[in-house]
Amino acid sequence: MSDILVSEQSAPGADGSGRPSGRLLEVDDLRVEFRTRDGVAKVINGVTYHVDAGETLAVLGESGSGKSVTAQTIMGILDTPPGFVTGGQVRFHGKDMLTMSPEQRRRIRGEGIAMIFQDSLSALNPVFTVGFQIAEQFRIRRGMSRSDAKKRAIEMLDQVKIPNAKGRFSNYPHQFSGGMRQRAMIAMSLALDPEVLIADEPTTALDVTVQAQIMDLLGELQRERQMGMILITHDLGVVADVADRIAVMYAGRIVEEADVYDLYRKPAHPYTLGLLNSIPRMDEKGQELRTIKGLPPNLMNIPPGCAFNPRCPMAQPVCREKVPPLLQLGNGRASACHFAEELVNRD
Amino acid sequence: MTENIIEVRDLVKHYPVTRGVVFKKTIGHVKAVDGVSFDLKAGETLGVVGESGCGKSTLARVLMNLEKPTGGQVLYKGQDISKLSGGALRRLRRQIQLVMQDPYTSLNPRMTVGDLIGEPFEIHPEVAPRGSRRTKVKELLDLVGLNPEHINRYPHQFSGGQRQRIGIARALALRPEVIVCDEPVSALDVSIQAQVMNLLEKLQGEFGLSYVFIAHDLSVVRHLSDRVAVMYLGKMVEIGTEDEIYERPTHPYTQALLSAVPVPDPTVRESKAIIRLQGDVPSPVSPPSGCRFRTRCWKAQDVCAQEVPLLQIRPGSDHPSACHFAEKREIVVTHDAA
Ligand SMILES: Nc1ncnc2c1ncn2[C@@H]1O[C@H](COP(=O)(O)OP(=O)(O)OP(=O)(O)O)[C@@H](O)[C@H]1O
Ligand SMILES: Nc1ncnc2c1ncn2[C@@H]1O[C@H](COP(=O)(O)OP(=O)(O)O)[C@@H](O)[C@H]1O
Ligand code: SF4
Ligand code: SF4
Ligand SMILES: [Mg+2]
Ligand SMILES: [Mg+2]
Repeated sequence: MSDILVSEQSAPGADGSGRPSGRLLEVDDLRVEFRTRDGVAKVINGVTYHVDAGETLAVLGESGSGKSVTAQTIMGILDTPPGFVTGGQVRFHGKDMLTMSPEQRRRIRGEGIAMIFQDSLSALNPVFTVGFQIAEQFRIRRGMSRSDAKKRAIEMLDQVKIPNAKGRFSNYPHQFSGGMRQRAMIAMSLALDPEVLIADEPTTALDVTVQAQIMDLLGELQRERQMGMILITHDLGVVADVADRIAVMYAGRIVEEADVYDLYRKPAHPYTLGLLNSIPRMDEKGQELRTIKGLPPNLMNIPPGCAFNPRCPMAQPVCREKVPPLLQLGNGRASACHFAEELVNRD
Repeated sequence: MTENIIEVRDLVKHYPVTRGVVFKKTIGHVKAVDGVSFDLKAGETLGVVGESGCGKSTLARVLMNLEKPTGGQVLYKGQDISKLSGGALRRLRRQIQLVMQDPYTSLNPRMTVGDLIGEPFEIHPEVAPRGSRRTKVKELLDLVGLNPEHINRYPHQFSGGQRQRIGIARALALRPEVIVCDEPVSALDVSIQAQVMNLLEKLQGEFGLSYVFIAHDLSVVRHLSDRVAVMYLGKMVEIGTEDEIYERPTHPYTQALLSAVPVPDPTVRESKAIIRLQGDVPSPVSPPSGCRFRTRCWKAQDVCAQEVPLLQIRPGSDHPSACHFAEKREIVVTHDAA
């Protein structure tokens, strides 16, 4: 896959130096809006993140913060209209996918970047057997014969630890349990050996014991294949278990980016701090939870200045006037808060 | 001694599985709840946890008297609720209320918030005479942290967390003694979930409510519950105070469940020992003989296939557990980062 792309002229890196950044996948100042009858919702307002081979970036945020829309834009499956990309780039091996030909994009999908979804039941086609759906990819994209494709599909099912893979090949999706369907979807997305895997809330619909199995499996496959993984989730527990780095989203922006240990030890954005305080902790039984007051903003009417200011306990007058840029704080940390330095330097 | 407000005795709820369209033939039964006993004390919160399909919602529906049990009893202050009728049944319906999971579908979209919250008064006019209803509804809105001015709005004009508050206001309207909460915060985001949990605690203090709090999120349950019951495949496998269940669980299933809870602290990654359960939950139509957990249990012995382990206190433990080999085991569930 990568040789096709690298053989062409690489786009300039994010630092504007004109050199390729050497990054696997980069989202750079992405902007997306939905134009609906009720108005224009500014859903993605300058998202910047990247993932390299072998690492797991967790994108953490509450519902509606734009995690999935960013992923859909990367995959080229944004619902257009009403969704429109109004700015930014999505670079795969340094090359902007948003300006590629549809043919080039199609090639990247599946082989370069693959995605798994929260809802495995609607992501798998109910009228075809699970095995057939995986084998099709080998036939269409790799030109394999029927019997070779079947063999490879069974291998894939086996790799995601579906017991009796051979026998299960001809089952339909509804004959699988939720956990097994999620495994089948993982098998399908990894069939073409992608370099990047985007997992959008892959375990949100599952029970904790099954969630643990699936997260184990994803971690194992990612290490084996040295994939870059973007794990989209709202679960602060799952993130702490598996992420290398975390990007926190709020109202269509990354408000904080940090190494997983730094983020939990000392958040550099009041929203992250609020989230960590909101989770019920086993060791603070009986105490009132410290909540974030209010609600996320209406994306058709985002407050001026810092989008978080109406809910922020630290807000100052400047927060209503100036949008805080996502500032680098060193050590791969970044925060979009006017008072980030103070937050990191507190004891 | 605090009195028991609800007593559940050997409760069974089976649903027939049928085949055929014209001549329906019963070919088996889903054993959704299969012999469950527990007490709910006045003013306490009993948490009920367990994985999808283990019978939590079925239990809630039977407790609410929305469905008749196949066997066993639910006693409300000593009276069998399935035997009540007329005035006694109406009084019971006032005293036990339900808050459901889905704030999107549990409210009628064509009714205003005022009508939704005031609806219970139509059925029980003795609680609020017609003239005072709007005032009562506004008081309720205020109580659950909503703007009383929004009394004429429709559910779609509210966020998920706000709709859950509407559901709670509605449940509170008749001043019940017991509220059964079936996954009341599961559909909510972390920051909103915390707001609703605080609200439930505040209301309990204010009105002396008893809660049956059903959820699959074990941290949420621990935060709110005085006692916790763990269910597996229609049975209760362990019950105790939140400390007994979270610090000293003795049933292998409880231990596995707790060990799988992701801990929001990256520094315990390495030290955490997750018990990996094999396979899936068996079908509730034909559960395994003896102990229902035996097909996934790493401690299973021959006796587990033959004898159903009773939910009882065993030597070396301080609370009831339904395992022939109940014993303590260390698990990292907590974290003390600050
Ligand atoms: N009306 C019904 N007819 C047939 N089977 C039913 C009925 N209601 C529930 N069941 C079955 O009974 C079992 C228990 O269901 P229940 O809804 O109580 O589970 P639950 O613990 O609430 O699960 P969840 O966590 O997914 O809400 C399941 O196997 C379910 O499919
Ligand atoms: N097809 C669509 N049409 C209109 N609005 C949409 C569409 N898809 C997503 N949105 C809106 O975009 C915002 C971000 O959505 P999403 O990325 O799905 O959030 P999440 O962070 O929960 O994944 C939300 O306000 C959502 O309502
Ligand atoms: S910029 Fe101001 S309002 Fe925004 S997070 Fe920082 S302190 Fe709060
Ligand atoms: S009774 Fe046997 S199978 Fe059941 S939990 Fe105990 S050891 Fe495991
Ligand atoms: Mg999403
Ligand atoms: Mg349920």
